[in-house]
Amino acid sequence: MQLWWWVALAGAVLLPWHMQQDGLRAGSLLALFQDDPEAASAAAQAVRHGRFWFWPVLAALAIGAPAALLPGLGRERRGGILVAAGTIGILAVVAQGFAIGIRGWTAPWLEALFGPIEDRQFGIGIGGAVALVGFLFQVTDGLARQGAFKGDRFTAGAVGLLAGSILVFTFWPMATILSQAFGPTAEHGPLLAFAERVADRKVWGLACVTSARSCGVAWNTLVLAVSTATVATALGLAFALIATRTSFPARRAMRLLTVLPIITPPFVIGLGLILIFGRSGVVNQMVEALTGAQLGRWIYGAQGVWLAQVFSFTPTAFLVLIGVVEGISPTMEEASRTLRASPMRTFRTVSLPLMRPGLANAWLVVFVESLADFGNPIVLGGSFGVLSTEIFFAVVGAQADFGRAAMLALVLLGFALAAFFLQRAVLGRRSYVSMSGKGDGGLPATLPRPVAIAAFSIAVPWAILTAIVYAMALAGAFVKVWGRDWTPTLDHFARAFAITTAPDGGLILSGLAWNSLGTTVTLAAIAAPITAALGMLASWVLSRQRFAGRFALEFALMLTFAVPGTVIGVAYILTYNIPPLEITGTGIILVACFVFRNMPVGVRSGMAAMSQLDRSLDEASATLRASTFRTLRRVVMPLLKPAILTALVYSFVRAMTTVSAVIFLVSARHEMATVFIINRVINGDYGISIAYSAALIVLMVAAIGLIQLLVGSRRLGRRAAAPVAIPAGGRV
Amino acid sequence: MPQGKGGAEVRLEGIGKRYGKVAAVKPLDLVIAGGTLVTLLGPSGCGKTTLLRMIAGLEVPSEGRISIGGRDVTRASAGERDVSLVFQSYALFPHMTVAENVAYGLVSSGMGARAARERAMAALASVGLEGLGERLPSELSGGQQQRVAVARALVLEPAVLLFDEPLSNLDARLRRRMRDEIRELQQRLGVTVVYVTHDQSEALAVSDRIVVMRNAEIAQAGTPAELYEFPADVFVAGFMGEANILPARIAAIDGAFATVEIGPTTIRLPHRGLPQGAASLAIRPEAVRIGAAGHGLPGQVRRAAYMGAVMEYTIDTAIGPVFAVSPDVGHPLAAGAEVGLALADRGVVLVRP
Repeated sequence: MQLWWWVALAGAVLLPWHMQQDGLRAGSLLALFQDDPEAASAAAQAVRHGRFWFWPVLAALAIGAPAALLPGLGRERRGGILVAAGTIGILAVVAQGFAIGIRGWTAPWLEALFGPIEDRQFGIGIGGAVALVGFLFQVTDGLARQGAFKGDRFTAGAVGLLAGSILVFTFWPMATILSQAFGPTAEHGPLLAFAERVADRKVWGLACVTSARSCGVAWNTLVLAVSTATVATALGLAFALIATRTSFPARRAMRLLTVLPIITPPFVIGLGLILIFGRSGVVNQMVEALTGAQLGRWIYGAQGVWLAQVFSFTPTAFLVLIGVVEGISPTMEEASRTLRASPMRTFRTVSLPLMRPGLANAWLVVFVESLADFGNPIVLGGSFGVLSTEIFFAVVGAQADFGRAAMLALVLLGFALAAFFLQRAVLGRRSYVSMSGKGDGGLPATLPRPVAIAAFSIAVPWAILTAIVYAMALAGAFVKVWGRDWTPTLDHFARAFAITTAPDGGLILSGLAWNSLGTTVTLAAIAAPITAALGMLASWVLSRQRFAGRFALEFALMLTFAVPGTVIGVAYILTYNIPPLEITGTGIILVACFVFRNMPVGVRSGMAAMSQLDRSLDEASATLRASTFRTLRRVVMPLLKPAILTALVYSFVRAMTTVSAVIFLVSARHEMATVFIINRVINGDYGISIAYSAALIVLMVAAIGLIQLLVGSRRLGRRAAAPVAIPAGGRV
Repeated sequence: MPQGKGGAEVRLEGIGKRYGKVAAVKPLDLVIAGGTLVTLLGPSGCGKTTLLRMIAGLEVPSEGRISIGGRDVTRASAGERDVSLVFQSYALFPHMTVAENVAYGLVSSGMGARAARERAMAALASVGLEGLGERLPSELSGGQQQRVAVARALVLEPAVLLFDEPLSNLDARLRRRMRDEIRELQQRLGVTVVYVTHDQSEALAVSDRIVVMRNAEIAQAGTPAELYEFPADVFVAGFMGEANILPARIAAIDGAFATVEIGPTTIRLPHRGLPQGAASLAIRPEAVRIGAAGHGLPGQVRRAAYMGAVMEYTIDTAIGPVFAVSPDVGHPLAAGAEVGLALADRGVVLVRP
């Protein structure tokens, strides 16, 4: 009877309520009899240690007890009790967590109200988490029993789980950022402090227009994003037109380009550029040898970051635009041709206008990526600051000014959200582009000659340049010291991945990279299935269930996607380095970050696949006496396999290549590969960085292959053949 | 009315469904007797499918009560009701074999895999698909998929079987055969069937009773003959086959009959509760007798179409164009011919406007 009441009971009575400083052992799980209050369960703390603030939690259990213990209760009555008990329980847990922190009462008025206490408490641990989950599902169960969610407890639970986790891991951090930006300073109150931070000349200054001094970082960021987006979109369009509208022999190989931004750690391009144009780069050395001129550090600064971003994001624009160009119905162009329009006129008056919303979308996608980019500016920026790097330095630098970091994050968030809403508006109007391809016979028109010439003359050199940058980046791993000592060597790999024999005959992973690589792979492997599962659950709930707040839930999920990584990173450390949820420095915070940053992609691919799936399949299963869970497991999931695979691959790979958010969240115990590499790059230690990056790329390709093999592509009905497309979108 | 052994009675009391302010089904009462086949007939958007889905448990009614076999199932989920639904799209699970599809409901109800499989095979045999159990649905023809869908619903031995436009994806020839099979199956098993369609000939062919719906409410319910011969109003007359709706006037009423003036002629018809004054007359095309000019209502053939079994004529008269069907294919009339029209005894009826 009523499993979740028992779960909440176990969480509050048996398990240690707080986080245990030296990890959780089997012995410490039975927390009813611990003498140390910090290791005891909530019930034990209330009864034996006088921690009165746990009594409301126990009261909530008492209220819910009849629902679990009295079998004769009516359905609606039981539901009412569960909703009440669960709600009180959640409120009690949250209230005590926020009210009493590491230094006792967290606010003076609480002390005035309840009197002073000597006590204090740390963050919530396993007991608190289990109790909270128990209370949450009591509420959803109760609501379902009262007739909400069509009386389906599984759906109710799924919605509760999603809403709860988005509240804890997205809304709460964002709210923290907001409150930090308003945090009072020594001189000013909240509003003035905020005004002072926002009006900072370093952010909005326009000095560069009139003088040689630099402009504010907000302008830097915007100008960079606009110019990157414009050029990358133009290049992407050239690639897309060649790949879909010509008989260019290498056009299949060109599509491989689209995989690059997904598997490349975000600073590899920057590294490649340094090795070509840097102080000891190939080009600089040749120029010096031929003319004696010193080119110096010209690659560092706005132009270098811009170049690196255009290289990095052109494939993304290409990926988006392939779909756009293919989405144009050939019949439209054929109609135009039969109406006596020349190829050029057809392209100009039919094809191009039909692509316009798609072009705008690609532009916005790249714009957001450029805003959020952290790897390239940190490697190549020099004194050219953008918002994402300024946020980083505000947190890690000597100033450690969280208020400033929060404000910068707010500005960046504002830009990203503006682009996000613009994107939704643009995509909302694209209904006249035929997306299905069904019922559209005909061959797509070939490109008019001038357009083809232009596309080729842009795209081919750029493709070659990209290849050179990648080749240089990889070659750097195999020479002793780039630019000075060109002796071929495997030393860098040896330093990173050495395995030595211990005196007792065992193997020691003595390479520098093993530690971070192990952590990265482990955490990515933990996060990937959670991400995929939550993402699929969310997409099922959103596309198949009708309930109040459905739109809000979908919107919140998609919004998470628009938040730049640096903002998430800052928000997470600000939120989770103090109780009630003190998970900074643990692996949990990294996993949570991966899951909630990558889940929206799973949701998108899941919803796209779900919309291909006839709703009557679910209904047929329901009328055939299957429970909701069985329907999900036996009918929906097997048909969604391609989407699940996409979510798995994407979240695993992204967890391994991301840097912007995790750079704030790593700790000595949990170091990530990308952070390890970027620290070496900043120190100019290119050899090992490149060797490590190359290993990462190989590893990711292998992982993608392995997942594909494991999940397999068992025979699927024609209906389910949703393509495994890895969506583009805010990387970094 | 045939009373089946296995079929349960379906009783809808004040059942309605609203989406926000829009009423998909206005509150209505309907009793479907056990073991009968009742058709919900109407144009698209009339609420017939919503009504069916509420019986199936796929939609929760906004108000009212549903009981099946005397048990109140208003709040019960689809799986808890003793009903099965055959979907318009068939909704066969594409990743399961035909046998797995048919066994799915049995396994969901807790039957062991082996027993379920045997029952599934028997059910497949009963719809004439033995030996196809290992195929995937995508490897079957449309008619075969239809039979799998029926077998999958039947194998659960439901008290009520629901069909949502089951034949709309089949071609005309196959549709006729499948509708006969469905009717034969229903009579053999004595199960209650609720059948949704927008095709009136399909409804006439299979039903014990027909419920014609319009604008989220019931326009008329009755046996096929009642609906065809005595439509309550203009809508039903037009929806149940072709009908000429002509303006008429009830000149006098005596007893059950009325004297009706139609153009220059008068006829006697049952008044059906209509008052004296302006009225509408529904005339079936086959009830129009085409004779030589000079007798009855004068008219001129505007259009003649050879349909193989019959001739179709559009004839201009003083009271408007009249559509008529004549079995006399041997002596077709040419366009422009002058004719005189008379009315048969059956197929002419006064209707509410």
